[in-house]
Amino acid sequence: MSDRLLLRGGRVIDPARGVDAVQDVLIEAGKVAELGPKLQPRGAAVRDVAGCVVAPGFIDIHVHLREPGREDKETIATGTRAAARGGFTAVCAMPNTTPVNDSAAVTRFVMDRAREAASVRVYPIGAITKGSLGEELAEYADMQKEGAVAVSDDGRPVGSALVFRRALEYAKGLGLVVIDHCEDPTLSHGCCMNEGPVATRLGLRGAPAVSESVIVERDIALAELTGGRVHIAHLSTAAAVDAVRRGKARGVKVTAEATPHHLLLIDELVREREYDTATKMNPPLRNERDRLAVLAGLKDGTIDCIATDHAPHTVDDKRVEYDQAAFGIVGLETAVPLALDRLVRAGHLTLVQLVERMSSAPARVLGLPGGTLAPGAPADVTVLDLARRARVEPETFASKSRNTPFGGLELTGWPRLTLVGGRVVFDAAEPAV
Amino acid sequence: MSAPFPHRHLLGIEPLAAEHIVALLDTAETMREVLGRPIKKVPTLRGRSVVNLFYEASTRTRSSFEMAERVLSADSLSIATATSSVQKGETLLDTAKNLEAMNPDMIIMRHGSSGAPHFLARHCKASIVNAGDGAHEHPTQALLDALTLRQKKGRIEGLKVAIVGDVVHSRVARSNALLLTKLGARPILCGPPPLLPIGVEQYAPVTTRIDEAIEGADAIMMLRLQRERMSGAFLPSTREYHTLYGLTVERVKKAKPDVIILHPGPMNRGVEIASEVADGPYSVILDQVTNGVAVRMAVLYLLLGGGGGEA
Repeated sequence: MSDRLLLRGGRVIDPARGVDAVQDVLIEAGKVAELGPKLQPRGAAVRDVAGCVVAPGFIDIHVHLREPGREDKETIATGTRAAARGGFTAVCAMPNTTPVNDSAAVTRFVMDRAREAASVRVYPIGAITKGSLGEELAEYADMQKEGAVAVSDDGRPVGSALVFRRALEYAKGLGLVVIDHCEDPTLSHGCCMNEGPVATRLGLRGAPAVSESVIVERDIALAELTGGRVHIAHLSTAAAVDAVRRGKARGVKVTAEATPHHLLLIDELVREREYDTATKMNPPLRNERDRLAVLAGLKDGTIDCIATDHAPHTVDDKRVEYDQAAFGIVGLETAVPLALDRLVRAGHLTLVQLVERMSSAPARVLGLPGGTLAPGAPADVTVLDLARRARVEPETFASKSRNTPFGGLELTGWPRLTLVGGRVVFDAAEPAV
Repeated sequence: MSAPFPHRHLLGIEPLAAEHIVALLDTAETMREVLGRPIKKVPTLRGRSVVNLFYEASTRTRSSFEMAERVLSADSLSIATATSSVQKGETLLDTAKNLEAMNPDMIIMRHGSSGAPHFLARHCKASIVNAGDGAHEHPTQALLDALTLRQKKGRIEGLKVAIVGDVVHSRVARSNALLLTKLGARPILCGPPPLLPIGVEQYAPVTTRIDEAIEGADAIMMLRLQRERMSGAFLPSTREYHTLYGLTVERVKKAKPDVIILHPGPMNRGVEIASEVADGPYSVILDQVTNGVAVRMAVLYLLLGGGGGEA
């Protein structure tokens, strides 16, 4: 295959440069070479993408690839194939693997595996503390040297305010962002859904919204104190959105993400689905007021980006009693169609806003390359077919896992082509790339 | 019986319409008559098989189901998880699939996880009866309480029923509040705020003052303080709990003179209920036990399709 490719006739949306126009995109040697109307192929392979949207490659900054340690749930190969199929050109891999990615050796392992097996770019996230035990800081500089782009103890929130303060200070010196899974475990211990009337009715122990927002408030105060940069993962409550909004207004270096499921689903679903464990995740699905606040936060920019918190689990980990089931759902192969159908088509976000929140914004939040189609940028491209209508079919997922509450949903707007460094890693016309 | 009973499972009171609750209670009255006969055995469910699967300790509920099964001539098998493969790590799904292979007509399950009976119903062909799941529901307890109320008061509609104590952990409180509301009674829930879950007002009016709950009540249902589930600093001491919420002879005086007092058992004497009250004349705690067998016979009978209506 030639290393020159011409994407012809698509609607190019590049929010970082304020571009929204029908243009051809010429790709050469893995980079965007030229954009403009009616470009000459000059020997390049031509792909007709008329009627489609050509966007900077989507980046999911919150993904659990499970490798090393839980390759029965997902591997770097399968997780990144799922990403490619879902329209993502890069993912950030959370460190809660076995062993935890808290050292240069594990970071290097992830990078090596990614080089061998990944379909899209993989950016590892290192742990905040050794073993994610919340006590001693991990060696950030070592991990950064091997490719870590941020630090997080996702899934194991840092309980000590002092340790979190030190993490912010130390990461600041290295230009790293600290990503926090905000949860006060003393308030949420033993909980398996959102606290409220639905949990009461179902007899399930509920975690109050406050178990998230108290830690968001703490983190913002500590970011303000230290001048460090904090990113709030999977924000799910109205109080937390409000805290981030206030923090940003006073100039604190805080950013935030929200997941498609927190933008679209509420705790009532646990009751409707009669304890279906595909509705169990952490943070849990909240109430309608929280959901609307998260959506409003995404619209007004309080929430910078969409991230999936892709959390693959085996059937056995989910096909058990509700309170025994693993937390989390897969998201890489449903995020884009859900966003196009339920956020853009439903009128909550413009297409340009959506592209921004899934490409340039996540790149900006973690300082990653990409997020634009500027000439000279890596040719990471997501092409969207806004007209395609299809059903979510978990049995066809490239991910090893099927744990999703969205199975069977009919959605309009799907990824058509995914290009990483100019190479086609997913093509809807030939699903088995 | 007019129309056939429309439910195959009894997962809770919530899915039942008032008329079906009444049908269960009416059938239970008939069953109580059977229990009063010199020969307490009818062939109604001969050839039908029932499995009692108890993941949590139970004296009353389990023996009551077993008695009901015997009286109705069902073939039954009881599995206590303490002595079964569950101790070897068998999952609920595998246990269910193995039981299913024996082709039982009904599985009666008690389980510590809310929603476990719904899980079983999704994976088994048998009728599922919820004998108590986590803090969710305990429908046969609510039915036997209703039967007791109806027996003692002649009606359920319009009765003021105080439900007092550890509401947050109580499946009995939830099922009772739902049932009483469906049948037109006036339940009122009472307990200290840490034991009242968020949104509990969806069931019934709520008060934190026991005297207000008991004032003019026709019946008082005392809930067991579930100390084994209290890992989260709910209360300073059982002593102070008794001072504030314990049912004493003095407090009972605020209720109607003919008040009756129910307790699902097992009781913590001296904690939620004083011994003089538990053993006093207004206590119907032992009638509840008798009615428990009758109600469970009715559940077996109606869910298994009546088997010829020979009761």
